[in-house]
Amino acid sequence: MTVLVGYVPTPLGEATLRAGVEEARRRAESLLVVNMSRDDVLVDAHRAGSDDLDRVERDVAELGVDVEVVRIEEGGDPADALVHTAHERAASVLVIGLRHRSPVGKLIMGSTAQRILLDARCPVLAVKEDGG
Amino acid sequence: MDNISALLGGFADVITPMNLLIALLGVIVGTAVGVLPGIGPAMTVALLLPLTYGLPVEQSLILFGGIFYGGMYGGSTTSILLNTPGESSSVVTALEGNKMAKTGRAAQALATSAIGSFVAGTIGTMLIVLVMPQVVDFAITLGSPEFLAIILVAFVGTAAILGSSRVRGFAALLMGIALGLVGTDFVTGQQRLTFGSPFLADNIDVVVIAVGIFAVGEALWVAAHLRRRAATVIPVGRPWLSRADWGRSWKPWLRGTALGFPFGAIPAGGAEIPTFMSYLAERRLSKHPEEFGKGAIEGVAGPEAANNASAAGTMVPLLALGLPTNATAAIIIAAFMSYGIEPGPLLLTKQPDLVWMLVASLFIGNFFLLVLNLPLAPTWAKLLRIPRPYLYAGILFFASMGAYAVQGQPFDLYVLLALGFVGFAMRRFGPPVLPLIVGAILGPLFERHLRRSLQQSGGDISGLVGGPVALVCYFIILGVLVWPLVARLRRGARGDDDDADDGGDDDTPSGPVSTSTIPNWG
Repeated sequence: MTVLVGYVPTPLGEATLRAGVEEARRRAESLLVVNMSRDDVLVDAHRAGSDDLDRVERDVAELGVDVEVVRIEEGGDPADALVHTAHERAASVLVIGLRHRSPVGKLIMGSTAQRILLDARCPVLAVKEDGG
Repeated sequence: MDNISALLGGFADVITPMNLLIALLGVIVGTAVGVLPGIGPAMTVALLLPLTYGLPVEQSLILFGGIFYGGMYGGSTTSILLNTPGESSSVVTALEGNKMAKTGRAAQALATSAIGSFVAGTIGTMLIVLVMPQVVDFAITLGSPEFLAIILVAFVGTAAILGSSRVRGFAALLMGIALGLVGTDFVTGQQRLTFGSPFLADNIDVVVIAVGIFAVGEALWVAAHLRRRAATVIPVGRPWLSRADWGRSWKPWLRGTALGFPFGAIPAGGAEIPTFMSYLAERRLSKHPEEFGKGAIEGVAGPEAANNASAAGTMVPLLALGLPTNATAAIIIAAFMSYGIEPGPLLLTKQPDLVWMLVASLFIGNFFLLVLNLPLAPTWAKLLRIPRPYLYAGILFFASMGAYAVQGQPFDLYVLLALGFVGFAMRRFGPPVLPLIVGAILGPLFERHLRRSLQQSGGDISGLVGGPVALVCYFIILGVLVWPLVARLRRGARGDDDDADDGGDDDTPSGPVSTSTIPNWG
């Protein structure tokens, strides 16, 4: 069993990661950090650079948690990718970041978080940004 | 001085709220499509050609001129930030620009390319004002045989010089001419290449050809090929230049302008060759040659100035002779024709207000572009986050709508789809797109001048070589065609045997078949 964290290189992503580490310690399970980078856009703001992912791996390992970092680079739907990976790895809990979006933004882009909450077959821990 | 006062008259005409708004819209759209790789000003102008049914001629030309200039600005942004040139004319910018961005000097690279583009665009547009009327004075004395020869130079130039090989270039040209000649023979009234279909008797509309080849072809190509990893964009602050950067940039700007303008004005010059020459020149002349390959600001400033100056240069043959030297210009010619205005040397005499207004709008557009691009370059880069499916669905929608709007016949949509597959095949197998478009648009004009010359001479072939201008043109054509053979023979005589297989297929750095960005020449 493992704790799966959907990681993005933003403050919210770091908060998500911290929550994931806590959760993994509490459950005494390993941590799987997944960064999704879409292949149907030229630039994905949610793509984490290699040095970013190396840093995550190093930091989490230093905290004494068994960690694996994965970058998914195929497909165009982060929600689908995370739910699929969680199912495949039999994750015990899925940790994601949640932020407020304007109604128009939701209408146009849809909400990745909402789709994960509804579609995931395991419990989902939704994290808000620090102070929120 | 006549030119200047005519230009001032043009400014007076162009400064109305509506015209300024259209110019702003043009440069915004132009920058946007310039930023997006694979979507260029040529495709955009083709998609917007149906606007000519509704918009007054002045405003649609202001719009298209703005898109054309804007595309030259936008292309550099992706070159610098992503190492993915937005346009074929910014391929060279990526060499040094992206290196600069990787060493944390993205802001300076963007600034030097935006300011350099502005300087070159302004000087280039000024040169249009000075040169174009002279060219017109000269061109107005030419008859059909001379024009025939000049069009032939354009044909041979675009087919033989650009692209990856001569054979592919001429193949594309012949396809274009064949498409252009479908319809009713204007002298005898015979049907040609219509296969008995009444829909084809009326020519294939240029909108359908251009949109099919550029838009549908590109969309099919992207659908078939482009799945690749997203990139992380390099963060930039507000673009600015230090005093040292100014000192190192201004000479390359001027040299780039001097190289770009004449190349834009000659058939088959385009923006690719002068940008590359400018890069080489800057590398040779630089006081910091050790920085080249690691991010030298001269290597961004020169080529960026060159591509904007060549865009201005393109306007000279376009307005003075009705001769397009790149794909966007070819489609602007089509726009003129759809208003029933014959582009050619008489344009300036018949429609002086229109021409000077267009030139004045280029000055204004160029200024808008500096304002839009200098502070906002990082914002433009956000366009790259639009998922491709959304983008291309929109393009296909506009393409189909435009093709249908031509005659309101579903038949045009089938032709559009067929031409889309042709465009896809061209991207797959490498014949350049530009000769096809030039052939399709100039083919009928070529035929008209040919028939007219032959009628004048009573069917005597010697009537085709009337006057010194035509002779010079035929010598140029002969030179372009024969020189490579001579060169190969001479190399062969000296006994170099390592060039046996690179004869017909020499790869230029911006060849038409390298990955994603290239297949749009404009």
